[in-house]
Amino acid sequence: MCNQSVGLIASVIEKSGIPTVCLSLLREVSEKVRPPRTLFVPFPIGYPLGAPDQPELQHSVIREALNLFRATGPLPLLHSYE
Amino acid sequence: MARLEDLALSHRLFMKGYRYRSVDWSPGARLVKPLSEARLALVSTAGLHLPHQPAFDPTIKGGDTSFRELANRVELQQLRIGHRSSAFDQTGARRDRNLVFPLDRFRELVARREVGSLNHRHFSFMGSITAPRRLILETAPQVAAELREDQVDAVFLVPV
Repeated sequence: MCNQSVGLIASVIEKSGIPTVCLSLLREVSEKVRPPRTLFVPFPIGYPLGAPDQPELQHSVIREALNLFRATGPLPLLHSYE
Repeated sequence: MARLEDLALSHRLFMKGYRYRSVDWSPGARLVKPLSEARLALVSTAGLHLPHQPAFDPTIKGGDTSFRELANRVELQQLRIGHRSSAFDQTGARRDRNLVFPLDRFRELVARREVGSLNHRHFSFMGSITAPRRLILETAPQVAAELREDQVDAVFLVPV
């Protein structure tokens, strides 16, 4: 249910005028909740940034999510981490 | 990629039958300055809280919709993880809180000038909320109002 909660909180913050980006571990859930910008990550539940003590991996997830702020296409944006 | 099929049968059955909610945010907001000049805040739903803050309450039916404020200067390993969901493997996050609340990583991105700055506070929820009415109508709007008051430019949200 965390993925729904994150999507709902993001939607409320976005509606107040601040842009948001979410990570997501469950595509099925985020496709239904449809927050404005989502990066799907290919990691297990409980591991949204990939793995503990792996700063480079964690940075790359963050950078890819932050890149969604630069995209100019129509929202919502639903990208997969590569 | 995690799939519903990876979860325990009880969680899977619940989630298959669950009516997911959404909130209309259209038309959406845009980041109007470069990330290297933007002030960012983080939101995590891993149930993190400071030792002196009350833990989240796992006994509330439908989920605990409250939130905790986490100061930007916090030492990450001080944070406690109070999450009731058995679907959430806490082993990794106990070893490295950045896995669910990547504050050290953002500090590094600020040092490298990829991100402008971090807000003086961030926000923590416990994500296993099945009845999100109060989240949508009260607690998430409170957090949004505080972020606006802080003049935050963009928010990064992490589920578990």
